[in-house]
Amino acid sequence: MEQFSPIKRSKDGQAVRYLIVDDSVFARKNLARIIESFGGEIAGEAGDGMTAITEYERCKPDIALMDITMPQMEGIEAAEKIVQQNPDARIVMVSSVGYQENIVAALQRGARHFVQKPVKPEVLYEVIKYVLGEDGVVAATAGAGA
Amino acid sequence: MKMELIQPFINAADAVLSQGLNSPMEIGNLTMEKEAYRRKGVAAMVELSGDIEGRVIFDAAPQTAAKIASQLAGMELPESDSLVREAVCELANQVIGNAVATLNDQGFHFRVHPPHLHTSEHGPKITPNTEALVLCFETSSGSVFMNIALNYGSSVKGSASSVSA
Repeated sequence: MEQFSPIKRSKDGQAVRYLIVDDSVFARKNLARIIESFGGEIAGEAGDGMTAITEYERCKPDIALMDITMPQMEGIEAAEKIVQQNPDARIVMVSSVGYQENIVAALQRGARHFVQKPVKPEVLYEVIKYVLGEDGVVAATAGAGA
Repeated sequence: MKMELIQPFINAADAVLSQGLNSPMEIGNLTMEKEAYRRKGVAAMVELSGDIEGRVIFDAAPQTAAKIASQLAGMELPESDSLVREAVCELANQVIGNAVATLNDQGFHFRVHPPHLHTSEHGPKITPNTEALVLCFETSSGSVFMNIALNYGSSVKGSASSVSA
């Protein structure tokens, strides 16, 4: 997999910490692989919306990547509940069901961005940089891509 | 099934499989089946409800599924690895999700249920006025089958004739 210039937290230069939420183990592993290629750290994982809320409170990640279609509680509802408790939460919806209504609903309920599956690493990389804004900084490394 | 409903599934499978496997694919056989579905290998089923209701099954021989999963995971996975089954479910989720996104933007409203493994040899009986459309995609890793059985939901039955998949 292509390696990207690491994205660090600007406040302390540490790796950006991610919570990955997806009911598919395969999708979580795939996202984790992509995140690691950005120099990120996996702070937690969850397979449904209910667990995502608990995990978010436990690990307080810098960014949560959230699937939409999941058992028990879907991603948009979980995102809304997390943002209600944590108004600064940065949640990026990552779903194959990327139609207008879903995207608008997710953004209205507090998600910061939407990435369509299958995830293109270069797209997610740009979205992460955008969502972090001034709280993220791209560390220069020799020979790094993107 | 009307082409307006089929085409998004073909386009989505093309896009997702080509990107995931990093090689072009071809559409092979296209057949209609009236009999109950018979599983070919590792199969994932996604159910839809709303303006269009029914199910789509994504299916591949175990060897093909392992090759596809290995390609997607970036490492060799044996046929017995649970990640192979997970990969087929995720692939189904992505293809069907992308197709549904297109259909939704065309005015059809759905709820997509999470994919689950279809482990029995046969699928649920198809209703008398519904056929399943079986599409075969020839990929660099082998044949992948998509079995689509959909009908217009009750909310649009009044305005459209029954659609057989």
